[in-house]
Amino acid sequence: MRWALETAAAAWLAVAATAMAMAPSGDPARGAKLYAANCGSCHSLDANRVGPAHRGVYGRKAGTARGYAYSPGMRGARIVWNEATLDRFLQNPQAMVPGTRMGFRLTDPARRADVIAYLRQQSR
Amino acid sequence: MIEHYSSRRGLLRATGTAALSAVAIGILGDAPALARAAGKEPGGAANAGDIDILNVALGLEHEAIEAYQIGAESGLLQKPVLDLALLFQGQHKGHRDALAGTIGQLGGKAVQPKSRADYMASLNIAAIKTQADILRLAQAHELGAANAYIGVMPSLGGKELAQVCAKIAADEAAHWSLLTSALGEALPQPAFMFG
Ligand code: HEC
Repeated sequence: MRWALETAAAAWLAVAATAMAMAPSGDPARGAKLYAANCGSCHSLDANRVGPAHRGVYGRKAGTARGYAYSPGMRGARIVWNEATLDRFLQNPQAMVPGTRMGFRLTDPARRADVIAYLRQQSR
Repeated sequence: MIEHYSSRRGLLRATGTAALSAVAIGILGDAPALARAAGKEPGGAANAGDIDILNVALGLEHEAIEAYQIGAESGLLQKPVLDLALLFQGQHKGHRDALAGTIGQLGGKAVQPKSRADYMASLNIAAIKTQADILRLAQAHELGAANAYIGVMPSLGGKELAQVCAKIAADEAAHWSLLTSALGEALPQPAFMFG
């Protein structure tokens, strides 16, 4: 019994380790170009435009950029933006934050990882 | 109520091609037809997400119209380029009117443009010194807009609304190509220049 549990735990750890190794690690330089082309019509780093300013967004609580009028859904969201939450949001924003005004989806996981790496770099 | 729905659906089915051309008319200004073709009741909760997405898109069109206006008034644009800028601005006004009409028909309230001062600051107009600077700003805007329309399409409730976005995205893509060529830049090699 004990042996079985230990084996199961080891197997689980191995799976988790592989999953982590396989998670695409984003490239901030590629991310900068993708950001300009895909997010840049609505967002910029330092100005609130159609969407909120993004510098510092990584690690920030959702809906808290100063001076931006968020939707009630985003203002009330209890989310801190990090790799996992941004990845989920960019796949389908309205599925994660009901009532958000952002409908833009970035469907390619590798591109999401690059953009997230860029946002993280610009938020340091 | 149920009868009302099913008879309408029957009508739409009977006139499948007519429903399609109603969408085309929607873009040209007969927004009620578009809202009907989307098959939704004005103001219904199911529309809220669509209204928000279209309003965000409308915000992009307002920004483009004002950016081209600032460019045209700057005195930096020379003749053939100035004409191009005004042509594109006119098309953005067409997008604006189609989006605003559709938003109204879906029961929403169309967003208004921000002030000139807001756009001057958020677009960093102070950094613009030459015709090429204006072209590059416009080029970036058109690329971002084409990609934005493509990226919101899967979030929209109806294919008819997505088709409107596709039509606008195609206009923005054409603008981007012409601006890219006016700047003397090559087009990218790989397929899928947008999205
Ligand atoms: C079509 C316009 C549009 C595009 C394109 C767009 N966004 Fe947004 N984004 C918005 C809007 C509008 C909001 C505010 C949403 C709200 O208040 O519900 C927002 C909000 C966000 C937020 C939450 C910010 C905060 O302060 O909590 C993040 C993160 C975000 N966007 C990331 C991105 C990224 C990354 C991209 C590009 C891959 C992108 N967006 C593309 C319009 C857009």
